[in-house]
Amino acid sequence: MKARVTVTLKNGVLDPQGKAIEGALKSLGVDGISGVRQGKVFDIELETGDKAKAEEALKAACEKLLANTVIENYRVEIA
Amino acid sequence: MKSAVIVFPGSNREGDMVRALKLAGSDAQKVWHAETELPKGTDLVVLPGGFSYGDYLRCGAIAGRATVMDAVRAHAARGGLVLGVCNGFQILCEAGLLPGILMRNANLKFICHRQFLKVERNDTAFTKNYAKGQAIDVCVAHGEGNYTADAETLKRLEGEGLVAFRYSDAQGNVTQDANRNGSMNSIAGIYSDKLNVLGMMPHPENLVENLVGGTDGRGLFESLVSSFSKAA
Repeated sequence: MKARVTVTLKNGVLDPQGKAIEGALKSLGVDGISGVRQGKVFDIELETGDKAKAEEALKAACEKLLANTVIENYRVEIA
Repeated sequence: MKSAVIVFPGSNREGDMVRALKLAGSDAQKVWHAETELPKGTDLVVLPGGFSYGDYLRCGAIAGRATVMDAVRAHAARGGLVLGVCNGFQILCEAGLLPGILMRNANLKFICHRQFLKVERNDTAFTKNYAKGQAIDVCVAHGEGNYTADAETLKRLEGEGLVAFRYSDAQGNVTQDANRNGSMNSIAGIYSDKLNVLGMMPHPENLVENLVGGTDGRGLFESLVSSFSKAA
């Protein structure tokens, strides 16, 4: 079973890297972009074929390590 | 006083830390992160600076979950002293021993320079050899030192006097110019609720000998040693 975890900064948390990327896009002449917030993507392979078990493991992975919930949100998608 | 300096893969300031502790009169030994217990009789645990686990995922995130951290957590819960400097501060935040997080510096640059800090209070085990409001001359060297916490946490830190140091000028004035990493409220270091855990981004261990330009960092280590010998 495969899954994708996406970790993004919570709303309101300043993202200087996103700002720098936004500035770089402008300087490259890419028009029409009004904001960039960057984050992380984890592609995860699971041993189990059971969706409930997979969800449980992924939630634990996010809460224990992948996201710092002080500043980050996470989203789990199971393929 | 007996100190244990924890070494993670990628730590690189443990040698300076041991040296600073010994100069102040502490016994100090290095302890590998895979240990499950601290050496018997450990009074102070120090998490030194560096780039544990290559700063992968988030600074201090993986080290904060290392085996030895359960023992460090238990030591702190017993009221034992814990000091985290630079990456050590990041690790303490990731381990849940201190609130908030150190984010990328606001200007996105790695900063490495001499830095004055205002000592917010001198009635703790870490700062009794300084004067309240004194500006101490130390160093910073980090890319992720931008202290960030939610409004409620910040209010609590300020209300309960848990801010240990702020970035200041040479006279101890907390100015925007002195706050080069963008930290909220110019916070350079914070204490835990019981004042027995201190995390700070600047390096007091860099300035402990005149040979390398100053001795203002020494007061912190001497405070620890003196408060311990009196307590014992």
